Amino acid sequence: MDMITMPAVNFTPILPEIFLSVLAMCLLLINVFSPNGKKTYLTYISFIGLVVAAVLVGSGWGAHIESFNGAVVLDNFATFFKMIFLLSAGLAVLISDQYMEREGCNHGELYPIILFTVVGMMLMASGTDLMTIFLGLEVMSVSLYVLAGFNRANRKSNEAGLKYFLLGSFSTGFLLYGMALIYGATGTTRIAGIASVLGQMTLPATNIMLVAGMLLMFTGFAFKVAAAPFHMWTPDVYEGAPTPMTAFMSTGPKAAAFAALLRLFLVALPTLQVEWSQLLWVLAVLTMTVGNITALRQDNIKRMLAYSSIAHAGYCLVGFTAGNGTGTSAILFYMLSYAFMNIGAFAIIILIAKKGESNGTVMDLAGLGFKRPVLALAMTIFMFSLAGVPPTAGFIGKFYLFSGAIQEGYIWLAILGVLNSAASVYYYLRVIVYMYMKDPSEEFEWTSLTAPVALALVLAVAGTLILGIVPSFVLQYAQMAVSML
Amino acid sequence: MSYILSLTTFLPILGVLLLFFIPKESKSVLRGFTLAVTLVTFLASLLILFGFQTNAEFQFVENVPWIAAGPFVMRYNIGVDGISLWLVILTTFIMPLSVLSTWKAVEDKVKEYMICLLILETSLIGAFISIDMFLFYIYWELMLIPMYFMIGIWGGKNRLYATMKFFIYTMVGSLLMLVAFIYLYMLGSQAGIPDFSVLHFYNLRIDPTVQVWMFLAFALAFAIKVPMFPLHTWLPDAHTEAPTAGSVILAAIMLKMGTYGYVRFAMPLFPEAAHRFAPLLATLAVIGIIYAALVAMVQEDVKKLVAYSSVAHLGFVMLGLFAFNVQGMTGSMLQMLNHGISTGALFLIVGFVYERRHTRLITDFGGLAKQMPIFATIFMIVTLSSIGVPGTNGFVGEFLILMGGYESELRWWTVVATSGVIFAAVYMLWMFQRVMFGELNNPKNQKLLDLDAREIAIMVPLVVLIFVMGVYPNPFIEKMDPAIQKLVAQIRPASMNVPVLPVSSQSLPVGHPVMPAQTGAEEPAAHSGMSGQLPAGHPGMTNKGQSSEPVVNPHESK
Repeated sequence: MDMITMPAVNFTPILPEIFLSVLAMCLLLINVFSPNGKKTYLTYISFIGLVVAAVLVGSGWGAHIESFNGAVVLDNFATFFKMIFLLSAGLAVLISDQYMEREGCNHGELYPIILFTVVGMMLMASGTDLMTIFLGLEVMSVSLYVLAGFNRANRKSNEAGLKYFLLGSFSTGFLLYGMALIYGATGTTRIAGIASVLGQMTLPATNIMLVAGMLLMFTGFAFKVAAAPFHMWTPDVYEGAPTPMTAFMSTGPKAAAFAALLRLFLVALPTLQVEWSQLLWVLAVLTMTVGNITALRQDNIKRMLAYSSIAHAGYCLVGFTAGNGTGTSAILFYMLSYAFMNIGAFAIIILIAKKGESNGTVMDLAGLGFKRPVLALAMTIFMFSLAGVPPTAGFIGKFYLFSGAIQEGYIWLAILGVLNSAASVYYYLRVIVYMYMKDPSEEFEWTSLTAPVALALVLAVAGTLILGIVPSFVLQYAQMAVSML
Repeated sequence: MSYILSLTTFLPILGVLLLFFIPKESKSVLRGFTLAVTLVTFLASLLILFGFQTNAEFQFVENVPWIAAGPFVMRYNIGVDGISLWLVILTTFIMPLSVLSTWKAVEDKVKEYMICLLILETSLIGAFISIDMFLFYIYWELMLIPMYFMIGIWGGKNRLYATMKFFIYTMVGSLLMLVAFIYLYMLGSQAGIPDFSVLHFYNLRIDPTVQVWMFLAFALAFAIKVPMFPLHTWLPDAHTEAPTAGSVILAAIMLKMGTYGYVRFAMPLFPEAAHRFAPLLATLAVIGIIYAALVAMVQEDVKKLVAYSSVAHLGFVMLGLFAFNVQGMTGSMLQMLNHGISTGALFLIVGFVYERRHTRLITDFGGLAKQMPIFATIFMIVTLSSIGVPGTNGFVGEFLILMGGYESELRWWTVVATSGVIFAAVYMLWMFQRVMFGELNNPKNQKLLDLDAREIAIMVPLVVLIFVMGVYPNPFIEKMDPAIQKLVAQIRPASMNVPVLPVSSQSLPVGHPVMPAQTGAEEPAAHSGMSGQLPAGHPGMTNKGQSSEPVVNPHESK
């Protein structure tokens, strides 16, 4: 009988993942054995856990360690993205408690599931094998399906969970089929292996199996980043899911999908760049335009932000189309900025909404500007940042994304991008118009601000402004992250 | 002293931070404090004025690293030259007057209003003194935000439509300009330009076809801001709805941002394209002058009439700029200041009347002169200045513009534009006659009070300036002259050998001999590296040794 020999495995690259998994399981136990009632302490434990994970991740900056036989890597690219996931999860955790308490679904399982999602996302960012990436994607997706339908008593949340699950599994099928075809064409699932096989091929673009595999994989990821025409699920799921989970879904998992997409296309498939950049050009324009034009007509803020999130994926695709250092590092920067500004905006929505997700339209913001000036000021900063007006993170991010495109000669793409940006100003400013320039239709009792939400808002405002005024150091980190790919 | 520019820029923001601590109920404290902040800023800017050496260089330069990532290097690079100096002073001068004008006009949300005013002041000053183009863009966009709130919150009945239109119009133009900014930087970095300083880009020789596109992107953004016909439609809406202080700042300073953009960026960066499009832009400017004058004549709302007169005045400024000679440019620069003073004053006057009667319709008035003699006198002076009667500031600017235009290739445009002066007299005097003279038969007007001490205090500095600049404009021209001489040399494309027409400040404003002198002296300064443009010890220059590098056409180096 042959002994199964364990290969020498370096666990350092997945240390944060291990830590978060263990923490999540402990939280499950704590939750079971703790008395019913308040779950706020779970918020703090998870938040501190995420901070510790961030320290662990951060300590790996500059290292380049491959492990598990080349299936996982620890590099700056993965580290930067892991920071985005941790930030997004941390902010989401902070804004969850108040909302879940109000909606009557404050089940302690929420926090472990969020942590598992983070583990999945981290595997996606550091996976250098199609199998690892797929594994990460599934861990993330399955957890997200649960999170979307977390408010069991609410029909819209149920609908969101089911819809996300059905469409998500469908798209995963595409992804898996694509991966299978790539494996068939190249004989390996290692990203570096695929790249070297392709490098030796003459005219890889004529290999139908390979091109079909690439397209199918792209479809799978396009679904996750909500790129048109694979965006149809987004508005319903984002509207139906519990607001903190919408905030989380629109930032972290989107960044994770971009992480895997970037690594796959830039490292494994650079020989097909001419082909995929043409494809991306069209998708970028389509995604921006569809997102912005449909967002113009939305009254429900969650739905409006869902469409805007499609548009933001489109801006990132502009940087992706460029495929150069400026454009791709701008995606990293933009995803970080987007986590700050979008979760911040959702935090405000949580505060103005009433039980049962009512009171969530733009009109319900009327009068906020002078009744709760600090909240309104924060919302104003987020809206201007989403619209890309300086001096905010959103502006710097867009500046670098479009610069990447211009550098590669995609002038028209950049022009279409800025025109889209100008159109988006209308619906973001509409929020501000209602906050400051309209009187409230009825007297409204504002929810009080709890400490975790206040902390989240402070972090989000600080992030949006710091990345907008002194972005230099973060931009440099982002550039270091992609230069090591 | 070396940080005086930054100090002037950020004093208002410092004021905002302190304003947060003043309770919003104590309105007079809020007003008084804001007034004090704007006055201190004005005093600080006077230090700039008195320390300014009369030469063509940028002065009080501050240049420190800011963003360096990827292909871009942005620096906090600021300074004033003869062109921006007066615009900065105009800004700091108009601001305290605007604050004073809100004393009674704004009773609601005073604190927020003052915060908007102060942020606006910082962004306006910042845009005028930015040498780094990225920094300029940040301020250029930032100034939209407070103005957007001022119109939207404290504006008139139709304010939401007006403020949205204002914001989106300006945003579309400036985003296209942003694309051109980035493209310009990419061209520059291929030619070895190390950062975003506009001074480096002046020496970049850009392919004329590329220039055309980039000029169009810049020209569109600035033309929206000026605003030029047919992009002016946001202006009457914004002006009519804006509160008095908003209108004053919009007309007196923000519109200058557009013309300043042409002077600082669009024209010297793309001289060939500027020459190529001069007939088009001059045509639009002349159409603007005549069209706006005709529309102004039939306005029933005094404020709208003044808004259209603004379009006409800025048409003159644009015509003067595209004359490409020293007279035209000097006239335009002066006219920017004049327009700031006289149109600012007109909006203040409209505000005074509106506060008393809550109407601005010409037909509601008549015979006010009997009831309000001081007001009538001041209004008359300002009206004459707006028309450009000799002895007032308006005359000097318009005269120089028309003379410059007549000497240039735009002779026939100038001839047509001259009729705009007559139209101006028609609509302004007709309006004045209907409002101030005639029978005082409306009972509501019979109890009107004349200007009080505060209102007189607002108007006196403006009236004094109207006369000073009208009778003795030399101190103003002297400071800006070297910078304008250099600018005119810069925007003369290499292919065209049009002699520079110097303007001697002693012989102004009446006719003087035209001498094609000084061309030889100006030529090398504009074409040989950067040494002539940067003050000694400029870090960007000494570190990189840029001055010795030949400037390469990026299209050849590809």
